[in-house]
Amino acid sequence: MAEILKRAKALAVNPLKASQPIGAALAFLGLKNSIPMLHGSQGCTAFGKVFFVRHFREPIPLQTTAMDQVSTIMSADENVIEGLKVICEKNKPDVIGLPTTGLSETQGTDIKRLVREFREQYPQFAATAVVPVVTPDYTGCLESGYALAIEAIIDVIIERSAHLPNLVGRRKKQVNVLCASMLTPGDTEAIRDWIEAFGLRPVMLPDIGDSLDGHLVDVETTPLTLGGTPKSEIASMGESAATLVIGHSLNKAADLLKERTGVPDYRFDHLLGLEACDAFTMALSDISGQPVPMKIDRQRAQLQDAMVDTHFMTGFLRVGIAADADLLVALGQFLAGVGAEIVAAVAPARAEVLASMPAATVQIGDLEDLERAARASDAQLIISNSHAVAAAERLGIPILRAGFPQYDYVGGYARTWVGYRGSRKALFDIANLFLGNHHDIPVHRSIYWAGTQRDTGGDPEGRTPTGAGLVRH
Amino acid sequence: MKAAEIAELLNEPACAHNKKEKSGCAKTKPGATAGGCSFDGAQIALLPIADVAHIVHGPIACAGSSWDNRGTRSSGPTLYRIGMTTDLTEQDVIMGRGEKRLFHAIKQAIDDYSPAAVFLYSTCVPALIGDDLDAVANAATEHWGVPVVPVDCAGFYGTKNLGNRIAGEAMFRHVIGTREPDPVPASAQRPGITVHDVNLIGEYNIAGEFWHVAPLFDELGLRILATLSGDTRFREVQTMHRAKASMVVCAKALLNVARKLETDYGVPYFEGSFYGITDTSQALRDFARLLGDAALTERTEALIVREEARIRAALAPWAARLKGKRVLLYTGGVKSWSVVSALQDLGMTVVATGTNKSTEEDKARIREIMGDETKMITDGSPKALLQAYKDYQADILIAGGRNLYTALKARIPFLDINQEREFGYAGYDGMLELVRQLALTLEAPVWDQVRKPAPWAAQKAVGEPLTALEVHHG
Repeated sequence: MAEILKRAKALAVNPLKASQPIGAALAFLGLKNSIPMLHGSQGCTAFGKVFFVRHFREPIPLQTTAMDQVSTIMSADENVIEGLKVICEKNKPDVIGLPTTGLSETQGTDIKRLVREFREQYPQFAATAVVPVVTPDYTGCLESGYALAIEAIIDVIIERSAHLPNLVGRRKKQVNVLCASMLTPGDTEAIRDWIEAFGLRPVMLPDIGDSLDGHLVDVETTPLTLGGTPKSEIASMGESAATLVIGHSLNKAADLLKERTGVPDYRFDHLLGLEACDAFTMALSDISGQPVPMKIDRQRAQLQDAMVDTHFMTGFLRVGIAADADLLVALGQFLAGVGAEIVAAVAPARAEVLASMPAATVQIGDLEDLERAARASDAQLIISNSHAVAAAERLGIPILRAGFPQYDYVGGYARTWVGYRGSRKALFDIANLFLGNHHDIPVHRSIYWAGTQRDTGGDPEGRTPTGAGLVRH
Repeated sequence: MKAAEIAELLNEPACAHNKKEKSGCAKTKPGATAGGCSFDGAQIALLPIADVAHIVHGPIACAGSSWDNRGTRSSGPTLYRIGMTTDLTEQDVIMGRGEKRLFHAIKQAIDDYSPAAVFLYSTCVPALIGDDLDAVANAATEHWGVPVVPVDCAGFYGTKNLGNRIAGEAMFRHVIGTREPDPVPASAQRPGITVHDVNLIGEYNIAGEFWHVAPLFDELGLRILATLSGDTRFREVQTMHRAKASMVVCAKALLNVARKLETDYGVPYFEGSFYGITDTSQALRDFARLLGDAALTERTEALIVREEARIRAALAPWAARLKGKRVLLYTGGVKSWSVVSALQDLGMTVVATGTNKSTEEDKARIREIMGDETKMITDGSPKALLQAYKDYQADILIAGGRNLYTALKARIPFLDINQEREFGYAGYDGMLELVRQLALTLEAPVWDQVRKPAPWAAQKAVGEPLTALEVHHG
């Protein structure tokens, strides 16, 4: 059980945190024919857009209610209604996400009322679901904003079961998967394959593996998402046989889904490392009634082999990690499970799951905190986003990029972490980073060499020293 | 900031936008707006000042997704790359603790990072709850003896352009004129050369590109007193009022600084660009003209002859490959005409150009350079850009990073011209990088491969479209 140290500084230096509104936007980017519109000033959206464009290397649909000085002071209600109308008219999306921002929340907007007013005023756009979500950026972080958006999506799109007959399991092979913000497009693809290997059909909410995986399509432009979970599938989640929840941050959303639909759920904090993968595999076997396929058994054996091969490098490895809570704990438990020591752990905001971090403390803080803790504890490896690269350089240790944003590493956004194969790849990468960076023992120069040829450490005549050309071990 | 002050900045008299019916800073439309806010613009304009602690006062959204994301380079301090924000919490907002946190934050920045100065950027939330940035800045300056400069740039004040002006105004009000320049080092004095002090305004040293040009300034005897704000230092900005001439390099954004330097301190200015051979030469000539030194003029002309001959020889093999290629240009902040000139130097044809942010003056200049035939595009939506690309049979789209993936998704060659780019194109030598990048994307063997349908797609029924792109590139 880690002790959680609250933020101790007035100034955040080299922020780790990304905001709630863009976290919410990310959830909507995993829905099909969708576009998020942030209720705030145009900068809230512009910054979010650049943030995701650089991370995913994809065009990102994101709009704004464009609050200006007058609407900020007088009222921005009309901005919301007009913005929704403009998008519906122009793009006919299936879903519009409507996260609020620090600006609109400080102003005191009532976003749900505005959506009701929009509905009354423009009944012709009833086919477009509008999902309001309260996400001021002065609380939480990307992960919590994302989780709030998933909860809001369930709230708006899935009907209350009270009016409906119990439909649980009507689609016998269908399972719901709630995917937390720590999962990459590569992760969601791997999870889909994993589930399909048991003859089940997943409905992933959201599915950024389908929308933000980076694929060329026939159409040249679209103002909306390129893929993702269809609205109709979300509406059918009440008919699934089970729900798989991946990520502790989604617990509240999972509670709502269960309350709405009665579909039984299985919850996982993460899918990294042997134990977590085994638990997930067992759940899939339970739900499907199928034995574990040979292929998965083989992948498991491969991971075990890699664990044995790499334990020389991962054992006692002193690691510093900074990430949103779910990812932090996932990486922490995974690495602790192969003998590493988490000597520095930093999260941008509080979360329940942090208590289960296998580290003495978790600092709520920034990348300056990570850098200082890593230096003080002589860390050998940093795991964090691209912003931590400069810190790793100053520390003179390698970095493994994880989380948001990864703007200096092509393909980082699509990396698969989860599953037996993803875990194996992570072990290989960590081992290789360490192999290239462990410190040699300093040469000892004997006092008795003084004045001899060895004293200079090389051959003064420039002749090839004995043994040159042999491989150095 | 008061509405009247914003109006005054918007009505910048030197800006040609304000002499025509079209306003440069039109009202934004909910649900159909692109581009950054005033805070974004202010931060972009000042962040390259390398030895300053730049503190963003607000909740996390403003700094959290924007810190350290520009390509601007420093030859020394890297403090500007350290992201700093008060990261306001809900309690700060509700209890009104923002000012107090900011005050302590300034102290922390000074203690830990010994900055030459601290800049405070206000954002929407503190502006709305009424945090008094000026008061905090004054108190902090008094307490800790380090200059603390307030930049009142809440996002809701307006666009990025307005933010640029707010930044310029803050520099003019609080920084410029607060120090005298250092004497010219004796070792840098050369017989027969009078050293003239100059300013560059709106030059950001993206990807270090100004270092292509800076050696020429040294050679000519032009000492760059300060740049707003590429690779500059706080103490240099303080001395800008003593320059003998200023050049406004990028768009109209910081025109207010140049104009006020002229009216208040008598520093004349001109507008120019370092993109392209012609414009680089013209910029050097304009300095010589404003400074009125016959020897300088002579040296400048000799340098231009030498540099142009050198670079044209180096470009010749590239120019042969690029000649006649058709360009669709859609630029944001960088003046359209300045890039046009660079492309024409290479024998390329600019078939159309975006003029959304261009002033009437810019448009007139474009007509002058390109003739009346030039198509001017005002709709910058991805769809409209791609349509224009097809209509005018362009070979490449040159635009800001925002349109990068628009082009790539449509499988068309692209060159990034904006501030996040990783390559420097300024000056004579920048042209070599420019041609390399142009040829790299134009001649890339990947285009043919990605435009081809999968071999099995041919098994579809006759008449069924395979891909939209076949039609477009067939």
